[in-house]
Amino acid sequence: MTTVIDILSWVFLTGGGLFVFIGGLGALRMPNLYTRMHAASLTDTMGAVLVLVGIMLQAGLTLATIKLAAILLFLLLTSPTASNALASAAILSGLQPQEGTVRPGGASE
Amino acid sequence: MIIILFGIFLLALTVITALAIVQSESLFAAVILTGIFSLLMAANFFLLDAADVALTEAAIGAGVSTVLFLGALALTGEQERSGSKNRLLALGVVTITTLIVIYATFDKPRFGDPAAPVHQHVGPWYLEKTPELIDIPNAVTAVLASFRGYDTIGEVFVVLTAGIGVLFLLSARTTARPENMQPPKESHQGLRHYLVPRVVGRMLIPFIFLFGLYVQFHGDYGPGGGFQAGAIVAASIILYALLEGEEAALRALPMRVLQWLIAGGALLYGAIGVMGMLLGGNFLDYSVLASDPIAGQHIGIILIELGVGITVTGVLLSVFHAFAARGKV
Repeated sequence: MTTVIDILSWVFLTGGGLFVFIGGLGALRMPNLYTRMHAASLTDTMGAVLVLVGIMLQAGLTLATIKLAAILLFLLLTSPTASNALASAAILSGLQPQEGTVRPGGASE
Repeated sequence: MIIILFGIFLLALTVITALAIVQSESLFAAVILTGIFSLLMAANFFLLDAADVALTEAAIGAGVSTVLFLGALALTGEQERSGSKNRLLALGVVTITTLIVIYATFDKPRFGDPAAPVHQHVGPWYLEKTPELIDIPNAVTAVLASFRGYDTIGEVFVVLTAGIGVLFLLSARTTARPENMQPPKESHQGLRHYLVPRVVGRMLIPFIFLFGLYVQFHGDYGPGGGFQAGAIVAASIILYALLEGEEAALRALPMRVLQWLIAGGALLYGAIGVMGMLLGGNFLDYSVLASDPIAGQHIGIILIELGVGITVTGVLLSVFHAFAARGKV
């Protein structure tokens, strides 16, 4: 049983790490603010959720798990809110989302 | 071993962040990078098992001071003014200072060395005597509030003095408004037009406040205490001010109340000290506050931590309001 939980936990942790990595890569490589934000929000949501669930499986049914669940809830509320606020601020300051395809390394605005 | 590697990784990141701060010409980016720097330092402190310091660094360094810096930026500009001529001189001074600091580290004990002076002096005595004399699980709070109560009262008065100084500097009314500063429109007060942050923020404020109280009164048992709690409570009220506009926050906690909080917290701390003298002990000796010395210590620690928290909250909020009011003069 513990082996199963361990394997499951590692699957979650590795998956979370992968999402964080992809998010970081996207934040570096994407051509404009909105696509970069889209990539970065992946780190906040999928990455953090999977890593936290992985740790919760490691912690078992303890007080630590409840605290981690509280952190998870907090992150699920605040990270999308922060992304929303950032995007609204960008729109309000006049940065229009570009439509169509953009070549990588092309328009950085 | 892994902890040391992770610590080196984090320290490398702090160095990179520091270089980025120096490099960036946009002050806005520099402020955000400063917040990241504080967060990295908090993680570092946590690796060194200094959870209390980590909590303070995260709450004040990454949280409140970022907001204060942004408040200051709203009054100045977002671009660094270029054209300082003494670049070579500055480079020379920095290089020499760095070399001196590196030379000084050669004398430092190795990481985790049990023979280091810090583990030889009064440290072991505090750790050994805390269960016997004070009987609370968090030895940091015992050292901070009781064994070294004099240091902490000094810190509280430093915070008090700094707050008074900032208020003096910032609340001086200037009649001339700089040309480039426009009065904020009423509709832009707070985040009126941002629906999602407002709803989520409103939902979170009570919980942040509650967490602040938990950190305040749980400091005897886990990481926490007045300094951290003061910053967290102040952060929740600053969040309210950001969401609803500064006037709403001032209606909830007027400046007059804040001034009473600033002085009241420090006064509470000092009064506990004097109370010890009146009851026949020494200044800041809590053992005489109750018939049982250990219970007396508990009462004293809770009360002086409360004093610390009240003063820190008052000072941080007053400084925030002073910056915000400055933008509207």
